Amino acid sequence: MDSEKEERISIKIKVLFFARARDLTGMTDMSLEVSPGTTALGCLDKVITKFPGLEEIRNCMVLALNEEYTPESTVVKDRDELALIPPISGG
Amino acid sequence: MDSGGERLTASEIHTELASLQTAKAAIDERISTLESLLKNITTEDESETASSTPAAAETPLTGQLTADMIYRYSRHLLLPSFGVEAQSNLLNSSVLVIGAGGLGSPALLYLAACGFGRVGIVDHDVVELNNLHRQIIHTEAYIGRSKVESAAATCRAINSTVRIVEHKEAFRTSNALDIMKKYDIVVDATDNAPSRYMISDCCVVLGKPLISGAALGLEGQLTVYNYNGGPCYRCLFPTPPPTTACQRCADSGVLGVVPGIIGCLQALEAIKVAGAVGEPLSGRMLLLDALSARIRIVKIRGRSLQCEACGENAPMTEEQFRNFDYEKFTQSPLSTSPLKLDLLPEDARITSKEYYEKNIKGEAHVLIDVRPAHHYKIISLPNSLNIPLSSLEQRLSEISEALGRKEESASLYVVCRRGNDSQRAVQYLRGAGFNLAKDIIGGLESWAHDVDPKFPTY
Repeated sequence: MDSEKEERISIKIKVLFFARARDLTGMTDMSLEVSPGTTALGCLDKVITKFPGLEEIRNCMVLALNEEYTPESTVVKDRDELALIPPISGG
Repeated sequence: MDSGGERLTASEIHTELASLQTAKAAIDERISTLESLLKNITTEDESETASSTPAAAETPLTGQLTADMIYRYSRHLLLPSFGVEAQSNLLNSSVLVIGAGGLGSPALLYLAACGFGRVGIVDHDVVELNNLHRQIIHTEAYIGRSKVESAAATCRAINSTVRIVEHKEAFRTSNALDIMKKYDIVVDATDNAPSRYMISDCCVVLGKPLISGAALGLEGQLTVYNYNGGPCYRCLFPTPPPTTACQRCADSGVLGVVPGIIGCLQALEAIKVAGAVGEPLSGRMLLLDALSARIRIVKIRGRSLQCEACGENAPMTEEQFRNFDYEKFTQSPLSTSPLKLDLLPEDARITSKEYYEKNIKGEAHVLIDVRPAHHYKIISLPNSLNIPLSSLEQRLSEISEALGRKEESASLYVVCRRGNDSQRAVQYLRGAGFNLAKDIIGGLESWAHDVDPKFPTY
């Protein structure tokens, strides 16, 4: 019962990892469940709690929601795609 | 030469080859010198006669294009959306490519081929064998020689009508403004964080569009910065990544074709900007994921009013740029020379030669190789035990067991590729009770250099 209720009031987004974020998490993407009203920043915090290694690049990456730049205050919606894009400097 | 009757021994052939190669190098050197002399004379002539009629052979038939140009660039001219106008724009434009490596190689090949009026190349490096899998502008014959010379020679061989300018120097705040001033468009094909900030700032100071590409591993990124009021590199990344997050191709590896693709796309964007056609990739970032064959284009933020380089309040000046310490800002060196840590006291280290001697004498010891497993698979020292640094903490018992199988006074040595991770490992091991652990200074590279020249390096 509780979990059903939980499902109804939580939304699911997809988090995409690029470059260094991919190395640090060991994955290209993951699904993340958050409560409605969560901001991009809230999602990022949750991802970093899961992968503390990401802390090293949290201030130097581009956050994109559904392939568009997003301020950290944007509220995410169900099925949104949040991309963590740190810069690559190799060549 | 008819060598029908000749019977040469291998050593005679080697000798003659060596002498011919020396002579060839001298000739190449002389050609390059003469070309650059000629180039200067041409530049002077042009500036003197800028307003006078060009030489007869060069007389433009249509607009600015000579008969040779029309034939050479005919496939461009046939494109309705490109045509004479865009081609003329290219011919009147100049582009500076900073870095003649994995990105710069394909970019330069296309920029020279497509008919830019002038192409500048900046690099201070020499061609190495381990560059050739991706730096396709260079050939084996140029190993050990300047990348700029090598790239310039290839560009001239493809298109002798383009003026190729060689800048055989590192791009630094001291020379950046003077070099960049002479060009319309800048292509960032470098391989390190401080250079990326420096080049972007310099473009902001001088108002030049920047075609920025990057590649590492199996991923690539591409953006046009500082174009038509769009953002600069600092707008996007005001805070530089920490040193630990700055990876280099020399450490992390790169699939050769990945910078190849990004470098080609950089040439494409440079052509669009110079030709004034299409929509350059400004305000957007292209992300290439080679493994999954996906290209994503992400809309990025616009110019930041608070940006330290291009912001409203404090646009960067030439003087501020000259005095800015990019190495300090990014905590990483402009040159690509690898980091050299010095974490341990002298008595916690031995040289590769000392290790070799101890090994020959049969000293009881355990050798731990702390490189990642896929490095260990490339090459390793005999009888070494691979425990990657990242799993050292969890696998201490294996070290105790290995030591337990030896005599009581067995030594513990740690090796890695270059001698940095081995120091980190020894520091950790000493803290964990392995008080006699020592690292091999300079790692396997020093082994190859000082002990066994045949030992493979990578």
